[in-house]
Amino acid sequence: MSFHPNDVARRARMSSLALTIGFVVLIGAFFKTQVIQYKQYVMQSEENRLRPIPLPAPRGIIYDRHGEVIAENLPAYSVSITSPNVDSLRSALAQLQPTLQLTQNDMNLAIRRFRRAPTRPTVILPDASIDIVSVLEEHRLDFPRLIIQSVPKRYYPDGPMVASFVGYTGEISESELNDPKYASYKPGQQIGKGGLEKQYESILHGKEGVRFDEVDARGRPVRGEGPRPDLNPEGAPPLYTNIDLDLQKFTVGIFADSLQGGAVAIDPSSGEVLALYSAPSWDPNKFTGGIPVDYYKQLLEDKRRPLVNKAIQGRYPPGSTFKLATSVIALQDGLVGLKEHMPVPCTGGYQYGTRWFRCWEKKGHGSLDLEQAIKHSCDTYFYQLGLKVGLSRMIAGGINLTMRDKSGIDLPEENQPYWPYAVKYYNDKYGRNWSNAETLNLAIGQGANSQTVVNMAKFYSAVSMRGMSPRPEIAHLIPQRKQIFRLSSTQDSVLLEGLKAVLQGGGTAAASAIQGLTLAGKTGTAQNPGGQDHGWFVGFAPADRPRIVVAVLLEFGGHGSRAAHIASAIIGHYLKVGPIQATMDEG
Amino acid sequence: MNRPIVADYRLLAAAGILSLFGVAMVYSAGQTDTPTAVASVYKSQILWLVIGLGFAYAIGHSSVRFIEWMTTPLYLFSIFLLALTLVIGKGAGTAASTKSWLAIGSHRIGQPSEIAKVTVVLMLAKVLASQRETPKSLLDLWKPALVVIVPWVIIMLQPDLGTGIVFIGIFFAMLYWAGVAWPLLILIASPAISLILSFSVGLWGAWFFILLALVLWYRPYLIEGIVLMVLNVATGVVAPLMWEKLAPYQQKRLMTFIDPTADPRASGYHVIQSKVAIGSGGFFGKGFTQGTQKRLAFLPEQHTDFIFSVVGEELGFLGVTIVLALFLWLFLRITQVAERANDSFSSLVAFGLMSGWFVHVLVNVGMTLNLMPITGIPLPFFSYGGSFMLASWLAVGILMRISGEGRGSALSLRR
Repeated sequence: MSFHPNDVARRARMSSLALTIGFVVLIGAFFKTQVIQYKQYVMQSEENRLRPIPLPAPRGIIYDRHGEVIAENLPAYSVSITSPNVDSLRSALAQLQPTLQLTQNDMNLAIRRFRRAPTRPTVILPDASIDIVSVLEEHRLDFPRLIIQSVPKRYYPDGPMVASFVGYTGEISESELNDPKYASYKPGQQIGKGGLEKQYESILHGKEGVRFDEVDARGRPVRGEGPRPDLNPEGAPPLYTNIDLDLQKFTVGIFADSLQGGAVAIDPSSGEVLALYSAPSWDPNKFTGGIPVDYYKQLLEDKRRPLVNKAIQGRYPPGSTFKLATSVIALQDGLVGLKEHMPVPCTGGYQYGTRWFRCWEKKGHGSLDLEQAIKHSCDTYFYQLGLKVGLSRMIAGGINLTMRDKSGIDLPEENQPYWPYAVKYYNDKYGRNWSNAETLNLAIGQGANSQTVVNMAKFYSAVSMRGMSPRPEIAHLIPQRKQIFRLSSTQDSVLLEGLKAVLQGGGTAAASAIQGLTLAGKTGTAQNPGGQDHGWFVGFAPADRPRIVVAVLLEFGGHGSRAAHIASAIIGHYLKVGPIQATMDEG
Repeated sequence: MNRPIVADYRLLAAAGILSLFGVAMVYSAGQTDTPTAVASVYKSQILWLVIGLGFAYAIGHSSVRFIEWMTTPLYLFSIFLLALTLVIGKGAGTAASTKSWLAIGSHRIGQPSEIAKVTVVLMLAKVLASQRETPKSLLDLWKPALVVIVPWVIIMLQPDLGTGIVFIGIFFAMLYWAGVAWPLLILIASPAISLILSFSVGLWGAWFFILLALVLWYRPYLIEGIVLMVLNVATGVVAPLMWEKLAPYQQKRLMTFIDPTADPRASGYHVIQSKVAIGSGGFFGKGFTQGTQKRLAFLPEQHTDFIFSVVGEELGFLGVTIVLALFLWLFLRITQVAERANDSFSSLVAFGLMSGWFVHVLVNVGMTLNLMPITGIPLPFFSYGGSFMLASWLAVGILMRISGEGRGSALSLRR
């Protein structure tokens, strides 16, 4: 053995050096971790111990034009749970099942929500009853990961009365989560599903807040007080609409339960939508927090199709209400003189080629000028006017009068009306097997023409405003108006006189006149091959300085005079003029 | 037998401060938000410390000659106890699937391997000291090698990789202290190095040529040289097969060492959470008992294998530096004791005990930062555990005695 003191001293020196180097390296490694990378690890340790609990923001309140509440938020309770993995969630759900009375569907939904966002508390019951909540509170210790939160719940004080435009809210769906538009949304969040709620989702949804719970490694909360200040949810600003809730309720009232159809009331100068209703309606409050299966089934099976919005989705041949469009097209192109009579006087119909085209008045109207033809809605006159215009000009004219465009109302569900894109439409549809008789049909609002109620309201707004067509708007944004036709003032006044005459003695809606108020409007009958005809009325008042345009469609309403009654009542209510008590007679 | 010495206060102070620090950390490790059994273990740790101090005092009043005389029987007894674990051994804690605990029925008595660390050092010192010539060839080393290989094999059968590593560390350190030339040490270590490098053909090839050069330069006996090269080839080839032989948890631990994020929820979890605990401690730490990683049970085995992570989290870089400086101080002092020891046995014992602790500190502390694989070896004076605390203070007692009898000590001057 070599234990000479010099050798040992040398080894001791080497060993001391090796030891020192070893410890310096270790200390260096700790310096790197604790001083240089400190921030990164602090963040990780905070992430470990702090579980963010989302605090839903209350949706923006929706008001009518006078500050009446259309949609608000009520406190509700949501039950959610945090879980480290799917198996743990499954067993927790199985444990909770008897207390919460969860259906298999509830559980599957919860599991799907968890898979989407495993780090967020998984919502089990979005809207738990107070009974369930109190039972859960008693067993709080058994379910330490359970989170019972007071959350805002959407409530519509007038329920079915406003459903047609306000829509409803619900939990964001799988397909919506996949939509880049909703990239920032998380599973379990509430979202506007239809109507204004959907249209103005970005404004109404507010900003979710966060509360931080301190949890241990097994995800159990350990302390009551927040280890980090909450980020309070930011409620959305209110949405002010142009709706006149009083007029809306009145409209709903006249439709009552017996009538079905749609009605739209517009301020023609600005396009502000004062009322919009589709009868029968449905209760949006029942849709909030999950649509009950039986209620949905009941709505689906209802023959009156409450889920189809008859004001913006239903498309109906505009019938005689379209005669104003035919008139505008003809006048604009100078194809008819104001006092000009058609070559063939009305004898209850018109012979075109081999076909006899009937006028609604079997007795015939005789020879009429434009104003009289509007007043009496004489088909024979308009058949000939249509022929004067010609198919191609007719179609182009209709397109210019926005008969092929959506009205642009701020509702996501609006349907585009049907109107031929060109003469080619008939070639594409029928080959060569069609006749010019299509022109006659188009001229009286039949044929390849189906319009929504809101689009007809928009057109009549333009008629009442000398060609200035406003975009219908429920929420007040920037009014958009567009000149869709231009007529001379004499031409305009002839149309107006004709429309006024409709509601005067001998007119087709004379029975709907209101004392002390000059109404202008046009009835219409939409031929319905499947049943009784639909009745139209579109009108405005006061005729000379219009403040309201109302379009009403009554499904299976027969002739338009019944629709005229409703419209005139709405107008009268809005302008605070009582209707003349008149007998209903077909005019 | 009862010969008073003048205590080596520096050594005693370093070991004493480390032990008290350790007990405090064991106490803190028990302070979790959801109380566990760990909350009260600091009390038994104090008890073990007191018993250990008693042992140290007794040994301090014996003599080195008495210790040397006791070496062979103690060594054989510890081998017997180790062998016994293979029959009636039990697992516990991080190594639940092993048999490192000696148990009667369900009652665990202790871990013989901790005591064996001391007795192997003693035996190795005795054997090395008895050899007149410094070993110059591999054949000269068969005796000391045998002293280590017997307990090592038993321990690897338990299996306890960490303790195995400690034994190898002690073996090499003591050979070095005995004056064995470093090329020979490399040659001895070469099969193990081949084993590690065998996973990469290129690296192993490079290593093989370096080894060949070393053999030609050092010129061992021809047969030895051939055996060595054959062994290297064998381990290089056998290693992958050996890998298959490793217990799944051992494979996992090695894999975790290579990439702890590969399976963050399983075995990598420990290391990641340990690094997060240490890193989030920052310079000054979160405060004694205030570590959130520990309190909220993110930190595993916080009172045993990962106790140093608690130091890092709660006392920060400052606390870590203080503890490591204390260890360094202790080890440098022991090296000095070894240098000044009266005889080669004492000198080898001192250096052997120090090197054993050093391997523990290096591997355990390195493990908390993922610089070393998780082998489950404890931190001396800190990790909760009776056998190790006892063995450590036994060692302190022996060191005190060696220091007291050494050159330059008050006792030697008086003599």
